[in-house]
Amino acid sequence: MGAVAIAAALGVVTLGTAFAVALQAGSFALSPADWAALRFTVLQAALSAALSCALAVPVARALARRRFVGRGLLVTLMGAPFLLPVIVAVLGLLAVFGRSGLFNDLLALMGLPRLSIYGLHGVVLAHVFLNLPLATRMILQGWQAIPAERFRLAQSLSMGPGAVMRHLELPMLRATLPGAAVAVFVICLTSFAVALTLGGGPGATTVELAIYQALRFDFDPARAAALSALQFVLCAGAVGLGWRALQAPGFGAGLGRRLSIPAPGGWRRGADALVIALAAAFLLVPLGSVLLRGLWGLSDLPPGLGMALVRSVAVALASTLLTTSAALVLALAVAARGSRLLEVAAMLPLAASALVLGTGLFLILRPWVRAEDVALPVTILVNATLSLPFVYRLLLPQAQAMQADFGRLADSLSLTGAARLRWLVLPRLSRPLGFGAGIAAALSMGDLGVITLFAGESGATLPLYVHRLMGAYRMDAAAAAALILVAASFALFALFDLWGRRAAS
Amino acid sequence: MLHLDHLHLTEPGFALRADLTVPKGARVAVIGPSGAGKSTLLNAIAGFMAPTAGRILWQGAELTALPPGDRPLTILFQDQNLFPHLTVAQNLGLGLSPRLRLSPDQHKAIDRALERVGLASLGSRLPSQLSGGQQGRAALARALLRARPMLLLDEPFAALGPALKADMLDLVSEVAAETAATVLMVTHDPTDAKRFADQTILVADGIAHPPQNTAELFQNPPQALKDYLGS
Amino acid sequence: MKIAFLGAGLAAGVTALATMASAQTPVLKVLTYDSFATEWGPGPAVEKAFEAGCACDLQFVTAGDGAALLSRIQMEGAASEADVVLGLDTNLTAAASATGLFAPHGQTWANTLPVAFDDPNFVPFDWGWFAFVYDKTKLTTVPASFEDLAASDVKIVIQDPRSSTPGLGLLMWVKAAYGDKAAEIWKGLADNIVTVTPGWSEAYGLFLEGEADMVLSYTTSPAYHLIAESDDSKAAAAFTEGHYLQVEVAGKLAATDQPELADKFLAFIGSDAFQSVIPTTNWMYPATAAAVPDGFSTLIKPEKSLLLSAADAAAARDAALAEWQAALAK
Repeated sequence: MGAVAIAAALGVVTLGTAFAVALQAGSFALSPADWAALRFTVLQAALSAALSCALAVPVARALARRRFVGRGLLVTLMGAPFLLPVIVAVLGLLAVFGRSGLFNDLLALMGLPRLSIYGLHGVVLAHVFLNLPLATRMILQGWQAIPAERFRLAQSLSMGPGAVMRHLELPMLRATLPGAAVAVFVICLTSFAVALTLGGGPGATTVELAIYQALRFDFDPARAAALSALQFVLCAGAVGLGWRALQAPGFGAGLGRRLSIPAPGGWRRGADALVIALAAAFLLVPLGSVLLRGLWGLSDLPPGLGMALVRSVAVALASTLLTTSAALVLALAVAARGSRLLEVAAMLPLAASALVLGTGLFLILRPWVRAEDVALPVTILVNATLSLPFVYRLLLPQAQAMQADFGRLADSLSLTGAARLRWLVLPRLSRPLGFGAGIAAALSMGDLGVITLFAGESGATLPLYVHRLMGAYRMDAAAAAALILVAASFALFALFDLWGRRAAS
Repeated sequence: MLHLDHLHLTEPGFALRADLTVPKGARVAVIGPSGAGKSTLLNAIAGFMAPTAGRILWQGAELTALPPGDRPLTILFQDQNLFPHLTVAQNLGLGLSPRLRLSPDQHKAIDRALERVGLASLGSRLPSQLSGGQQGRAALARALLRARPMLLLDEPFAALGPALKADMLDLVSEVAAETAATVLMVTHDPTDAKRFADQTILVADGIAHPPQNTAELFQNPPQALKDYLGS
Repeated sequence: MKIAFLGAGLAAGVTALATMASAQTPVLKVLTYDSFATEWGPGPAVEKAFEAGCACDLQFVTAGDGAALLSRIQMEGAASEADVVLGLDTNLTAAASATGLFAPHGQTWANTLPVAFDDPNFVPFDWGWFAFVYDKTKLTTVPASFEDLAASDVKIVIQDPRSSTPGLGLLMWVKAAYGDKAAEIWKGLADNIVTVTPGWSEAYGLFLEGEADMVLSYTTSPAYHLIAESDDSKAAAAFTEGHYLQVEVAGKLAATDQPELADKFLAFIGSDAFQSVIPTTNWMYPATAAAVPDGFSTLIKPEKSLLLSAADAAAARDAALAEWQAALAK
């Protein structure tokens, strides 16, 4: 019942809003430029997804099998870029890869020509920077979901690293990679600011930009709806393809013994260390430069920032609660009954355009309430909707494993309702729940999209506040506010993630 | 008395019919070739799969529509009989109260049950800290606490050595005697059946045959059993 | 869902209470862009000065940037709660007038814009010349025209005309200066353009981080660095073709329930109390002869100002955009 109601609500929020936009007057015709935008969108998203996943595999593998001081902190820190507001991430990347960035200085020092970051490769680089953490974490979860007993079995059979790869790791990757690739692909499909800022020109136009243009500059809502339908089909197609490739990992249950994954020595040890060091540098140096840049302006922050921070945290907590509960209900229902309809509903928001969603809600709600009065509730709803697929995808495999391993035992003991939640679901799923809640909270903190349609004079959240500071020449204050935003997002993410990992061990 | 009334169980590529009764208090072995449907039969009685036709009755009351936890039985699976994230005592406690709100008396009962199966003072451990035999004992201790009229065993001790398994079967006998339970035990080992069960249900060729005296059955085995035993 | 409805209900309740409390004081709602109403923008001072003489409550309702204002009005239609819209620019006024939602302003105060500006529906509240801003300590050979710029290897960052008003302004600048030769100019500029950003703030941020030698902004931009940061290193390049104007305007919505207050506000826009706030909050020129701070005297003053009429700008836009896209698509 609950799951069906949530699925219906998701349908209304995603498809209903697009319909509300489509009902407005305008032309549905798409221009050649729109089709060019479509081609560029698919190309950059496919490259970004492929590269993110290809790089994430060795990183996740190295992190899964090596134990070192500060590993937990590093895993958490490396998740940070995914949680950065886009423009902050772009400025961080530029500090490293930009015209006068560290990387180019290094090249110049070695007598090599400077490289330009602007163009398709820059867009892909930024998307890999933003999404490598997500792909790595999704794959790392897969590695950790292989019961330690299987690795013990492999050791007892004297399997070398190659055989372990073939018999244990490849099947896991076959189950995990399509999900990760689809997630990154779909995130990059709806990319807007990255593609436009680093793309280098109008050749780098994405569909989301065309939607923005149709809504904001041309006020042609029907064309925006047509474009978003196109985007919808694309995303749905990607999710559908990924779906077909998804296979049940079929590892069965382990007893949760705390055995570490075998860590081969020799050159593999050095290779793993190198992979971890490179990934950490790639992800953390731009992050560090954002933080350093922000320190300058910390002493000169405008007074309104405090309230914006409070508002952002409140919105993030509310939307996290909403999205995590909804995703859990859906994942449990799908794990128990395997309803295709519920699965589709849970993935719907991936295909939605935040702009269309916000505009649709604006059109639907406007006759009843004033936009600025519902700015925060609407932001909560939209943020919860947009982050639901991620939390759901993180929960589903482990919910299915839990159902397969302990569903009958729980049923035979009449473990239902709140008791099942407390004694079975929360303990078994705390790791993905904590990670998922952390992602939802941070995504909500960093989101800028919808609030701009609704926020009034005093309703600004922190990302909007950063944006407003940048729009008023106050780059130092903006950098400092961005530093506070990053710190707050990260603190929320780390708190939830830490809770999940504590509860799981 | 357990009555399987014209029961039909079907899964893709598989069908099993059962029309039989098991007297109250009996100890019955369920034997037959792999894939014949021994576990399926127990799963149906326990409520994990709905029959396509027929009824399941206990003492004349129909169980067919009851959820698993409301049926008058305890089932022990091949594995995963304990939640790995809960202590042994908590695992036992779930047998008394799914919400784990336990009275002082219930706590005492858990301690007694643990003592009874030889796990005194191990209640605060996690299942992964127990040996395979100890895990089986813990699961039996929960069956003891639940004291349901039927005990279904789906080869829970298959992984144990002969001596250990014999111990466990003795313990099952004792638990069954103390709770006056009717026992259905899946096994692939004729010695288990002879040692433990006065009656045996043969599951073969899509039919679960009515229980027969175990000794007589093995003295004079029908063709299906002969094939299985390889004699 | 529950939480959202709860929130909506609460908000509606609070609004009802607030409305009851202030039922005696008339409320004037001004729909404007984000940065106007921020704590460091003109909003707070304007609100204080206007409320001192109107016995009313001036409230700002904000919506993104200038383009977002127009789409907001189009979405709301005659049902809009706003009385005055402040922050459209001359590239948008033709479309805004065409909605039929605006009423003639009836104001008689004279503006001091460098070109004649008289629109029946809109009064100007500030203006500025578009210009390429650079760092004097880093760029020594400063191009003096678009042709100079195209021939040089100076790197520039500009805004996308499809998502930003300065970007659209640049498009019109090249069109107004070069007409049919505009496409050629854009082709020449293609290798100078580092990248095209969605909005002004991204472009200006990239410039300050050293990603480009010049950025499309305003002749008044150096005044911010000079006055607010005591930094005189920034300057705007004077182009011989002349500089295109951005004129920001305000207008009264026909469906307003406070027509007198709205008129009073449009008149207030022409007063010193409003205009003197503009230079150091919006960093633009005042629309009247109000005094400007000393720092403004160091700025370049283009000899020639370019501005297409609202109708010409609207008519030229689509073709100019296609020209721009074709020239820059690689």
